[in-house]
Amino acid sequence: MKFTLGWLKEHLETDAPITAIAETLSMIGLEVEEVIDRAEGLGDFAVARVIEAKPHPNADRLKVCRVETATGEVEVVCGAPNAVTSMKAVFAAAGSYLPGPGHTFEKAEIRGVVSNGMLLSEREMGLGEDHDGIVELAADAPVGAAAAQIMGLDDPIIDIAITPNRGDCLGVRGIARDLAAAGMGTLRPLNAEAVPGTFTSPIAVHLDFDPKTRDACPYFVGRIVRGVKNGESPAWLKDRLLAIGLRPISALVDITNLLTIGLNRPLHVFDADKVEGDLHLRLATPGETFMALNEKEYTLDGEMTVIADKSGAEALGGVMGGLHTGCTGDTVTVFIEAATFDPLRTAATGRKLDLQSDARFRFERGIDPAFLIDGMEIATRLVLDLCGGEASELVIAGAEPEGHGDIMLRVDRVMGLGGVDVAVDEIERILTALGFAVTAESDGLLRVSVPSWRSDIVGEACLVEEVVRIYGFDRVPAVPMVQDHPLPAPALTKDQQRRSRARRVLAGRGLIEAVTVSFMPGGQAALFGGAPEAMRLINPISSDLDVMRPCLLPNLIAACGRNADRGLADAALFEVGPQYAGDAPEDQAMVVAAVRSGLSEPRNWATPARPVDAFDVKADALAVLAALGVPVDKLQIDTDAPPWYHPGRSGRLKLGPKTVLAHFGEVHPGVLRRMGVKGPVAGVEIFFEALPRAKARKSAARPPLDVLTLHPVERDFAFVVDAGVSAEAVLRAARAAEPKLIAEVDLFDAFSGGTLEAGHKSLALTVTLQPRQKTLTDAEIEAVSGKVVAAVEKATGGKLRA
Amino acid sequence: MEDLDALRTELMAAVTGAGDAQALEGVRVAALGRKGRITALMKGLGTVEADQRKTIGAALNQLKDAVADAIEARREDLADADLDARLADERVDVTLPARPRAGGSIHPISQTIDEVIAIFAEMGFSVAEGPDIEDDWHNFTALNIPPEHPARQEHDTFYLPGTKDGARMVLRTHTSPVQIRTMMETSPPLSIIVPGRTYRCDSDATHSPMFHQVEGLVVDESTHFGHLKGCLIDFCRAFFGIDDLPVRFRPSYFPFTEPSAEVDIGCTREGGTLRIGGDDWLEILGSGMVNPKVLENCGIDADRYQGFAFGMGVERLAMLKYGIPDLRTFFESDLRWLRHYGFQALDMPNMTAGLGA
Repeated sequence: MKFTLGWLKEHLETDAPITAIAETLSMIGLEVEEVIDRAEGLGDFAVARVIEAKPHPNADRLKVCRVETATGEVEVVCGAPNAVTSMKAVFAAAGSYLPGPGHTFEKAEIRGVVSNGMLLSEREMGLGEDHDGIVELAADAPVGAAAAQIMGLDDPIIDIAITPNRGDCLGVRGIARDLAAAGMGTLRPLNAEAVPGTFTSPIAVHLDFDPKTRDACPYFVGRIVRGVKNGESPAWLKDRLLAIGLRPISALVDITNLLTIGLNRPLHVFDADKVEGDLHLRLATPGETFMALNEKEYTLDGEMTVIADKSGAEALGGVMGGLHTGCTGDTVTVFIEAATFDPLRTAATGRKLDLQSDARFRFERGIDPAFLIDGMEIATRLVLDLCGGEASELVIAGAEPEGHGDIMLRVDRVMGLGGVDVAVDEIERILTALGFAVTAESDGLLRVSVPSWRSDIVGEACLVEEVVRIYGFDRVPAVPMVQDHPLPAPALTKDQQRRSRARRVLAGRGLIEAVTVSFMPGGQAALFGGAPEAMRLINPISSDLDVMRPCLLPNLIAACGRNADRGLADAALFEVGPQYAGDAPEDQAMVVAAVRSGLSEPRNWATPARPVDAFDVKADALAVLAALGVPVDKLQIDTDAPPWYHPGRSGRLKLGPKTVLAHFGEVHPGVLRRMGVKGPVAGVEIFFEALPRAKARKSAARPPLDVLTLHPVERDFAFVVDAGVSAEAVLRAARAAEPKLIAEVDLFDAFSGGTLEAGHKSLALTVTLQPRQKTLTDAEIEAVSGKVVAAVEKATGGKLRA
Repeated sequence: MEDLDALRTELMAAVTGAGDAQALEGVRVAALGRKGRITALMKGLGTVEADQRKTIGAALNQLKDAVADAIEARREDLADADLDARLADERVDVTLPARPRAGGSIHPISQTIDEVIAIFAEMGFSVAEGPDIEDDWHNFTALNIPPEHPARQEHDTFYLPGTKDGARMVLRTHTSPVQIRTMMETSPPLSIIVPGRTYRCDSDATHSPMFHQVEGLVVDESTHFGHLKGCLIDFCRAFFGIDDLPVRFRPSYFPFTEPSAEVDIGCTREGGTLRIGGDDWLEILGSGMVNPKVLENCGIDADRYQGFAFGMGVERLAMLKYGIPDLRTFFESDLRWLRHYGFQALDMPNMTAGLGA
């Protein structure tokens, strides 16, 4: 919302400097975005009179002007075609700084004539791009006066952000009222003296709604002014509109804009001679078309309010007038319309048609429904003043909607909710200054009647806000949060702690945390299990961010690809975040996913470089699971990872037959190819929701330490098994051979080929025996060894290597 | 009887002359072995006159011990020399680089959220969460943002095809729906903060379609606007590590709070660089007293209970505190950026050790 200081002062009597006004605006909730002083940098420029403009003796296109300035007559060489004898222009003496081009100019000899200054164009003054000629000032502008003042530029512009609740401040007067309440001056009275009508309007107005849709337009005030001359507006009106970025059109239209911005009263002016018959307010017929003032045609639905005549919709209520009945320079009879339109219906109409306007912006935020007649009288007077003519009696349809009832304010709620003790008379002063009517109901209780323009005030809390807002948020004493408990309980739940821990474990293992968006390209989602239709955004930001991701890996894989394109092929990234299977809360699953790409570690002198593989990410998975309290020794591994993994180099970690805690493995090379990422990439996904719940323990105490004094004994075995036998099966068989004695079985070698028969492989194990009662004899060790061999052979067909 | 002194001299010379462990062993065997010369002399003691036997025996024993000691000492010397030679041989170039060990890191968003949690945990807040995909009621209506309300249009909402109660499902535009979920599921008094992903259909230099917020909510019987001020002033000062950071509260509007306030902190923009602390102002978060309508929508008695709520952008906090210039870079997963702006795994923020300001 832009306005000038002069416009504000028309409503607010104040001597406050603009800095104080701007500061106060921000501190009462009308946030100043910018204060623009258009006169800045123009102080050196003054009004001058061209005594005589004659052709330059040595140049066809130049003129030599004798110029009268405040300090005497000077000669200026000027190239402007509009420089003529006796005009008033803007003079800059040699040595002045020109804001437009951004340099200082000096006295110069131009084709043999000395030029002692310049007559300025708008572009040279930094006011615009117009360079066709010099600025021409009014003939009565006094020589030597500040050009900025004569040009109406000494009135600074204030631009404020209006929050959606403060529709009343979409008019300069509303802003002035708030400032007055905050001690920045006095609100001037508004002259809305009635203009007597001399005839009855030939156009009548009908509100054609049923009881259910009556709110669409409950109240309408109109009037004819005949015999007008719709010319250009006077300079003061044009300047005012131009200052805030509105284009002057014609006096009648400019008056409607003046009331919209100044008094927050949108109006529409019909060329009454183009209206056929009476005006009917009604809902549009579905499919009805409407040609708006912006020269675009709109197709309406049955929920939109129109102002129609015999030939159809002539205006879209609260949004925009129609082209057909719009006022032009030929208009001699004008019908002025002021109405109340339903905020929600207006908003919906504008949104559905994608049609924004100053009127819609105001109506959807709530317009003062009691300001129709006063607004009409003020507008009529302006029309009569600027365009002449003769006003009809008012045409009134419907009635002002009833305001909501009074609100009771318990005075102690200002302290109880607002946190500051404000004296009752100050509360009353503030509310009264804002337009509320306040009466003391009983001790500590005020009956407050809400002004018609404050539809945002609906309860006691609203009143507390008004009081504290004007009294000053900075005057509310800050109170530290009082603790209910001397020491707070842990802020994080067990699940939240697990995610935090997973993060820190992976970062500790050398992986770098990424945060990627929850979206992904729909085309790639199919590679990762697919996104259901319900996960496809209606209005994606772009076609490659159009579905909610069903899996965390693709964004990380794509990140590996982007980094490889920058020459960083070896990436180890992880993310902790959600994946989505549907739109119910329980369809969202928290996952930690990690990817490693390229080489497992940088090429170095100590160890040969090796591409990442499934075992890198398997180690990541086990480290995370162990850190999260999962009994990793009880995990089962199968090879049924989903299809985005390499079918022969991937697996799942399970706890029990059904609970899948993680997928891990090399990413399927076909998936990488389709994503345009060079492999290898290995990935892992761990599903937090699948993890066993952390058991609430009664005590933090650990079980007693069982120190075993007898030395463990290690025996090595090498088995030859079919290539298809899993290491896990061999290990499990060996462990189970004599559980009481076998403390650990580790696999220390695996190979195939060489002297081995084709289709076979060799797995070498170290079995650790832990005696508990007494040292094992050779015979006992041999017996256990025999059991291990037998167990492995029975379970896997493996033979001890000779 | 041999001249023991001469023998001593000879054996000692042999010990000293033994160039390696094998030669030394030869000396030992020749002197002290079963057939060694000293052993032989010891055996010959029986033939010595009884009156000299004691003297000679003592001298022999002394010689035997002296030679044994000398052999042992020589053995140590030879071993040391061997070791020295081996070690000299084992010399490596210790200026070779250490074996590589990749350094991981924590994303600034996670770190910032952990910092925010650490501060509010001190004030007794606990962490609550909710789904990213919300229904219209939780995201808007329950928060006093009715359909067609201008405030709703400012949200640039992402829509999904599914519906609930006739309204399309949305990606939550703020973390505020978790206020509603928490108030529906628990009873006052409560004080929560809600970190999480949020979404707006907007993308340019200062907007990302996904970003993070931390929401806060306190509901009890007595918390008022002064507490809101105290809580957030303390937070801003702790987060930025500036004890006297200026903090101001400006009236604003959010449909779900009343009164509502935007919170500015002091900054300077001198030299074109934004720095926290100073007498210019920078908007940092939105806040307010919970609108009674919101309490009522959650079935909470608004005559008895009241409280405050606030919300802040995590990326913005991180950018301001850690001097990260561009919002869009947060989600690009550029390794160079992640390494530069990331945090070490062990930098777990807490108020005991401080917040890494």
